Amino acid sequence: MSDAIAAHAGSHGAHAAHHSDLQHHFDSLEQQHEAATLGMWLFLITEVLFFGGLFLAYTLYRIWYPVAWAEASRELDIVLGAFNTAVLIGSSLTMAFAVRAAQTGKQRATVVWILLTMALGLVFLIVKYFEYKEKFEHHHVPGPNFAFEGPQAGPAQIYFSLYFLMTGLHATHMIIGFVIMAVIAWMAHKKRFTPEWYTPVEISGLYWHFVDIVWIFLFPLLYLVDRAGHFA
Amino acid sequence: MAGHISPKSTYYAIFGALMVLTAVTVAVAFVNLGSFNFPVAIGIAVTKATLVILFFMHAKYSSTLTKMFVGTAFFFLFILLTLSLTDYLSRGFKTYEGGAGGAGYGVRSESSMQSRPATAGEGH
Repeated sequence: MSDAIAAHAGSHGAHAAHHSDLQHHFDSLEQQHEAATLGMWLFLITEVLFFGGLFLAYTLYRIWYPVAWAEASRELDIVLGAFNTAVLIGSSLTMAFAVRAAQTGKQRATVVWILLTMALGLVFLIVKYFEYKEKFEHHHVPGPNFAFEGPQAGPAQIYFSLYFLMTGLHATHMIIGFVIMAVIAWMAHKKRFTPEWYTPVEISGLYWHFVDIVWIFLFPLLYLVDRAGHFA
Repeated sequence: MAGHISPKSTYYAIFGALMVLTAVTVAVAFVNLGSFNFPVAIGIAVTKATLVILFFMHAKYSSTLTKMFVGTAFFFLFILLTLSLTDYLSRGFKTYEGGAGGAGYGVRSESSMQSRPATAGEGH
């Protein structure tokens, strides 16, 4: 095996001293990092379209049922929604600092920033849990027990279906992100990253920021439909 | 190989801008701008997303190829939304003389009209 590596290194001449994290099919760490970043963005393109279908459904039904959208949206707690928006933006800041710490070789700081990011993610999910709980108590969950006062009950159920689909898919991404962050924190704790190679921190950060962006759109679309009472 | 390392102050500035924009979008939601509330809210959200992508996600300092990928995501989203909406939004357009009905959902058959939701404030 070591002969094979030596022969490989020899065939490339300039790469006699391989970095331990450089895989043999890449010429350099820069190239490897570029490929990983590009791959992550490719995945995020599919994610944009994944959520995009729901955003399209949302837009169409909102155009068809503006009054139901206005009334149902007012049932959401704007304080909790705004609070969660601030929490997620805060978690993006700590994530950016985690990547920066990894870039500058500060392993301990990387761990701390990622743990902070996870804590903020957990706060978001806990708030979301209480919001969902309130929806169940008020019979705002679509299904046989759905109840909504007034003539807009039917389309309001569509609004709440989309509410649960969009926030549910987002929360699923948060939970997956939480698990990814736990792995990254463990790797950083094991001093796996160096300023030469910190790609997992960077591309996990891309995922985390993407989930933040989805919420940046969900917040005004779901919570702020008609707070001014235009359709009241 | 550490790519571009942004100063901490940049991240704090972006964080501050995102928080201010969040406060603005909440405040402006309580002002009745008629049909402009929606585009204003979306405009603020797009601005916030752009800040996150450029600075937190380092797109500003990425290679041209990566930037193209980022643009591709939103190009396809644009196609998904606008091409679908050109269909749905134009269904209410006026039909030619001899067509079924005037403004509104005139081109649809009777059965589909009944299953069609009654859009508020829109007669036909």
